[in-house]
Amino acid sequence: MGNTHYTKDHEYVRIDGDIATFGITDYAQSQLGDVVFVEVPKVGAHLKQGAEAAVVESVKAASEVYAPVSGEVIESNAALEGTPATVNEDPEGKGWFGKIKLSNKSELDALMSEADYKAYLSTL
Amino acid sequence: MTDLASAPTKRTPLYDLHVALGARMVPFAGYDMPVQYPTGILTEHQWTRAEAGLFDVSHMGQCFLIGSDHETTARALEALIPADIVNLKPGQQRYSQFLTEDGGILDDIMVTRSALPEEDGTLMVVVNAGCKDQDFAHLAKHLPKTIKLILAPHRALLALQGPKAASVLARFAPEVATMPFMSALSTKIDGVPVHISRSGYSGEDGYEISIHEDKVRGLADRLLKESEVKPIGLGARDSLRLEAGLCLYGHELDLTTSPVEANIQWSIQKRRREEGGFPGFERIKRELTEGPKRKRVGIKPEGRAPAREGTEIHDAAGNKIGVVTSGGFGPTLNGPCAMGYVDTAHSAVGTRVSLIVRGTAMPAEITAMPFVPNRFYRG
Repeated sequence: MGNTHYTKDHEYVRIDGDIATFGITDYAQSQLGDVVFVEVPKVGAHLKQGAEAAVVESVKAASEVYAPVSGEVIESNAALEGTPATVNEDPEGKGWFGKIKLSNKSELDALMSEADYKAYLSTL
Repeated sequence: MTDLASAPTKRTPLYDLHVALGARMVPFAGYDMPVQYPTGILTEHQWTRAEAGLFDVSHMGQCFLIGSDHETTARALEALIPADIVNLKPGQQRYSQFLTEDGGILDDIMVTRSALPEEDGTLMVVVNAGCKDQDFAHLAKHLPKTIKLILAPHRALLALQGPKAASVLARFAPEVATMPFMSALSTKIDGVPVHISRSGYSGEDGYEISIHEDKVRGLADRLLKESEVKPIGLGARDSLRLEAGLCLYGHELDLTTSPVEANIQWSIQKRRREEGGFPGFERIKRELTEGPKRKRVGIKPEGRAPAREGTEIHDAAGNKIGVVTSGGFGPTLNGPCAMGYVDTAHSAVGTRVSLIVRGTAMPAEITAMPFVPNRFYRG
């Protein structure tokens, strides 16, 4: 089992011990187009899996980003407020949104592996 | 606007070109239209402000009104719109609106008097795609029998917009270089008859070119071969017009808004304000004298977060004073900008307001429009 997991809403979450770094996938950024604003999650917020965690806005529209896992936000990527285009350029690297301290590791079972996500993308 | 969601999607004559260029196609006003090409909305927007953008606006409605002479046709149209058409000079164009009996807006339109002496008595009218069926029915119902209404569904429409538009188009039709903003002429490009007006929807200098649907692909291909020209989709068309402070039907304009509320009373010339003779005159006269209850304004959010259509506008005390009708990110402005309606008491430039974005009050200010200066060619 790899350490990156994916949701059907095109969020990814990378696991390192009990810390989960999440953001939107390359497919998601390509569908959104030019990102012009990101509202990252607040440090200290308690997120629930599947609930709204952040907002990403393109020229055209605002889209909600859902928490791929539950837990407390321990860090958010404040740099995105000044350079939202990082989400387009490096979505699964420097364009991460937040880091969550996992509260329930078994939630990962509900997510897709990289191979499953690629297969899912091919059906869209 | 007619709800066309259930109707089969129509295609413009340039559909194959859009697909070949890699456009992302979306349904718009019953048509499958390019929202963006592979480089994206930001790049397309900036390109149009710096170079020249080519837009396919063939979904818009085109028609001709033909009467025995200019005054006859002009007076017939004036019965439906508040602009002075009688005093239009040959080859002159005006912006106006079809109005309801109570002064609401059925659609906003462009009216052009033919430049050709042999076409004296002919007016060309261009209307919004989403309204065209009802606009044409409205014209057919209300025009007197002495005026012929000729629909032009086989005419395509291209817009070439941006600071390089004039030098590009002059390579094909030299006479366009010096035509002033809001004028029109008929000419030929590569032997094909075209009707060209110097107007558009970007705030930039530019042209709209009406041409037969069988010939539009050839012209589009020729224009796209010029190094200054790139294709531009509906996404950038919207961000360009928002920065230019231009109204979009169904957003800033609808059946409830009057031209005075919409702050487009400049399109009602003096003679019409005095004489009336158009639907909704009573309301418009009253609003011109006493001021409207609400007014369309520009709004500049202080932060980086865009305020989208439907966002509530509050005063300092937290009372709702209006609503955003169009809002987003202005690529040239490099920040968010919006338009909306507010109670007239709160409409002065510099008024501090709050925008309720996802439950949070964001500080903003009523600002003058356009957000980005217009660069029309006045000759």
